[in-house]
Amino acid sequence: MEASRDDFVIAIRSAFIQRGNKQRFSLFFLLILSILLLVLGRFNFSAINYIKVSVNELVYRSSFIVSVPENYLIDSYIKLTDHFTYYDHYQELKKENKKLKSNIENNNYIISENDRLKKIIDDYIIVSDEIIAKVLIDKQSPFLRSIIINKGSKDKIKLGMAVLDGEFLVGKIVEVNYTTSRVLLLSDLNSKIPVTIEPEGYQSILSGTGKNDGVIQYSKENISLEDGNTVYTSGSGAIFKSGIPIGKILEKKNVIYFSDFSQLRFVKIIAFEKGEN
Amino acid sequence: MSRFGKGKFLNRLFELAPIILLYISVLNEFDFNYLNLAYFSFNFPFILIFYWSLKKPENLGYGLIFFAGIINDVVIGFPIGTSSFTYLFICGFAAYLKNITLRSSILKEWLFFLFTILAVSSLSYSMLVLFFKLKISYLDIIINIIFTFFLYIIFASIFQFYQKLITVSEKND
Repeated sequence: MEASRDDFVIAIRSAFIQRGNKQRFSLFFLLILSILLLVLGRFNFSAINYIKVSVNELVYRSSFIVSVPENYLIDSYIKLTDHFTYYDHYQELKKENKKLKSNIENNNYIISENDRLKKIIDDYIIVSDEIIAKVLIDKQSPFLRSIIINKGSKDKIKLGMAVLDGEFLVGKIVEVNYTTSRVLLLSDLNSKIPVTIEPEGYQSILSGTGKNDGVIQYSKENISLEDGNTVYTSGSGAIFKSGIPIGKILEKKNVIYFSDFSQLRFVKIIAFEKGEN
Repeated sequence: MSRFGKGKFLNRLFELAPIILLYISVLNEFDFNYLNLAYFSFNFPFILIFYWSLKKPENLGYGLIFFAGIINDVVIGFPIGTSSFTYLFICGFAAYLKNITLRSSILKEWLFFLFTILAVSSLSYSMLVLFFKLKISYLDIIINIIFTFFLYIIFASIFQFYQKLITVSEKND
């Protein structure tokens, strides 16, 4: 019994403490270094933040280059699948186009009326200069859903700015480096956005699920959401302006986003300011 | 002379292949997300690090693994140090298994790999949830571990075949 415990201790000591053949560092030393990095990172130690920003810049660029062959394969795969569904898409788009044309006529009137009303209630209406950014990395791990874009503090990107795919909200800036930034997608488990669900105008919080959809949380039990209800930003929390389209309700409280986060190539970054009355 | 030099260069490249593959995989995150397969995900660096730490640790320096972990954290957005900690623990488990084993058995290694990834994943995700207050889908982690476990045997066979090729190439030189 004593001998077997000794063997165990020797094996553990040999594995973790002793430096192996052709190894420059012992495992124990590197494990302590990792823990030190984690602890200092947890308490936002400034030196760690500088290291992090420098490593981020270097790694994001390298990752973009390394991902080129895989991205080429992905694009080819998508093109191929698109090719087989062109006709169906064409038919769908034809129907949609007809519907949209009839809506455009009504929209111009509603937009001008909306601008006038927003000025009265002092809402966010002025959009800062749009910054178009290229998506460098979109490796969405099963645990964290985020993308890296090629614009950073050099291009006046700030934390919390809204990130849009066309007119649809896809996320917000959560990390800014000198020439790159990280965007937390709406689908991430840690993403919480105040929303309005139209046409009833219910106020709620949209939370990511870690998958391709979102879920409506923290709303009253008795609200009746119907499939096809549209989800917009509510403007609460003073982060985004109200009325940015996000997605549609499908099956009770699930939200299908308008934008396909796996297909993001370029995104639009904007901040909102209040207009002068 | 030049033939000798070329052979030496190729041998060095073969030796470095695991570390090159590790760096490509952390920079590129092999994930197959674009296939839109529901729930499918696996952790290739876990497989690679465990196998090579067990079979030929001299081909995979601990310092390089540490840096690969830092890169992985940056790419997927985890707090710096999380993946290094996880990867180094996997190295430790593999080194322990190597120390206590006289005759290797693929089945024993496979089961020990399951124990290893369960232990290190529990440790690292507990840390992320408790200290960094990150929200994580436990179902995704379990599925990731299951696929990583099942795919180990396939990748281990490929690596074994590769190791044999290197040995033959070295003997010929």
